[in-house]
Amino acid sequence: MIRILDAGPQTTVQDGGRLGQLRYGIPPSGPVDRFAFVLANRLVGNPDGAAALECTLVGPRFEVEAACAVAVTGADMPLSVNGKDAPRWATLALKVGDVVKLGHARSGVRGYIAFAGGLDVPLVMGSRATYLRGRLGGVEGRALRKDDRLRLAPAAAPRPRRVERRALPDYGGEPTLRVVLGPQADRFTKEGLGALLGSSYEVLPQSDRMGARLRGPRIAHTRGHDIISDGIAVGSIQVPGDGQPIVLLVDRQSTGGYTKVATVCSFDIARIGQARPGQAVRFRAVTVDEAHRLLREWDASLEGVMREESA
Amino acid sequence: MRFLPAGDLAVSVEFGEEISIEINGRVRALEYLIQQKALPGVVETVPTFRALQVYYDPREVGYDALCAAITELLPQATTAVLPPSRLVELPCCYEDPELGFDLEVAAQRLSLPAGELVRLHGGAEYLVYFIGFTPGLPYMTGMPERIHIPRLETPRTKTPPGSVSIGGTQCCVYSVESPGGFWVLGRTPVRLYDPDAAEPVLLRPGDRVRFNRIDRAEYDRILARVEARAYTPVVA
Repeated sequence: MIRILDAGPQTTVQDGGRLGQLRYGIPPSGPVDRFAFVLANRLVGNPDGAAALECTLVGPRFEVEAACAVAVTGADMPLSVNGKDAPRWATLALKVGDVVKLGHARSGVRGYIAFAGGLDVPLVMGSRATYLRGRLGGVEGRALRKDDRLRLAPAAAPRPRRVERRALPDYGGEPTLRVVLGPQADRFTKEGLGALLGSSYEVLPQSDRMGARLRGPRIAHTRGHDIISDGIAVGSIQVPGDGQPIVLLVDRQSTGGYTKVATVCSFDIARIGQARPGQAVRFRAVTVDEAHRLLREWDASLEGVMREESA
Repeated sequence: MRFLPAGDLAVSVEFGEEISIEINGRVRALEYLIQQKALPGVVETVPTFRALQVYYDPREVGYDALCAAITELLPQATTAVLPPSRLVELPCCYEDPELGFDLEVAAQRLSLPAGELVRLHGGAEYLVYFIGFTPGLPYMTGMPERIHIPRLETPRTKTPPGSVSIGGTQCCVYSVESPGGFWVLGRTPVRLYDPDAAEPVLLRPGDRVRFNRIDRAEYDRILARVEARAYTPVVA
């Protein structure tokens, strides 16, 4: 059991995601940064999709009510246990009464806290992920609050490990996101597509788990910005009449009527999701085949990156 | 028919450029066939007016192989393969301006007495093309042409859940409080989306819907039962 002393601006329970409900208008939810999320779970010996916490810009402060192991990954939020610095991207053994605190992110947006055994909240439609707009999953469908108490599923103490430094993601700089053009790339002018692939776009503060709003050179349409509403994939880059792109993320609406110029590949969703307001991103087009090759590389990048720590 | 990639995990199977019962029927039929055949690598599907979005796991099936498997199903993808659709009855209170707050202006816009607009809207049977935008929100057609109406010039920022509304050739029922560009004619006390229910979403693509006209007193009675979890919608 853990008790939340201070929840931070938006801390939610997330798991591998709620699949199969998109045809009823319910998005998958789950972590925005799957790489950091999976490694947090692996560090505490959980399956990749176990329920853990995602926090946003500022992490929570919580008290441990039963000994457990945790791992903190994702955005660079200073971590302390009982006021003393503690390592991120590593297994930590905690005892009753320990107080864990994650501070303001110095780079990145979303931090992850996995607990050995996983968070034991009710399954809703097959998942524990929180979908805030639909008030579904997690803790009563909402973000955590002070004094919430979360139960952990029973688990054996994991072997302490840490993620090797070479594997740690860099959330700073100007990331280049790989996109597959379409489904409606033919509804944009040559100059519009040139702007998308040749300029940098700044992340706006109105971004959330539903979508990242960007500002930059206009992505101009050929004939209107409305289409007959169709499906919106994770990563869809929707361009309304103002020519400014919105990258749809894990809590997106299932369908929509704006043209979609391209789709950010699944393995780069974490990089747009970790870009802070004011940070810029770029786009590079790849074919579907290249995207699938890069996806396999991404899968491989999760393997062999954890090293045993001598206790 | 064409395949349009939607990133590395989805493909849009697009049947045409129009909103029609025929095309939407083919979309839903293809979805049904994909479910029935359990095509390898398919994760989930989302039907819309004229396209089926197919989510897949590229670790299990490649893009070309998936498109080929779907192409093979296309000749059979007609409404003939679909199971019989359900008929769902939604009680709707039109008479109270607190609930159907656009009824009078919409009637004026259509040069109809409000009672005639209610009769035309309430007398029709609607087809759920698909569910989208917000959890459980049905996109429906079936409105008599006489009450087709341009959408609101300025969308409102908040529309209460249960609002029964029209815009263009379509009818929809808002499932959660959300922005909206449709004219609100009435409200149903039934919840189309209830996160605390065992089955949070009431309607499915392909359902038929009828609005059963009720007065405010009946609305309040049904609402009380809905809130007490003692109401079961009529589904035939």
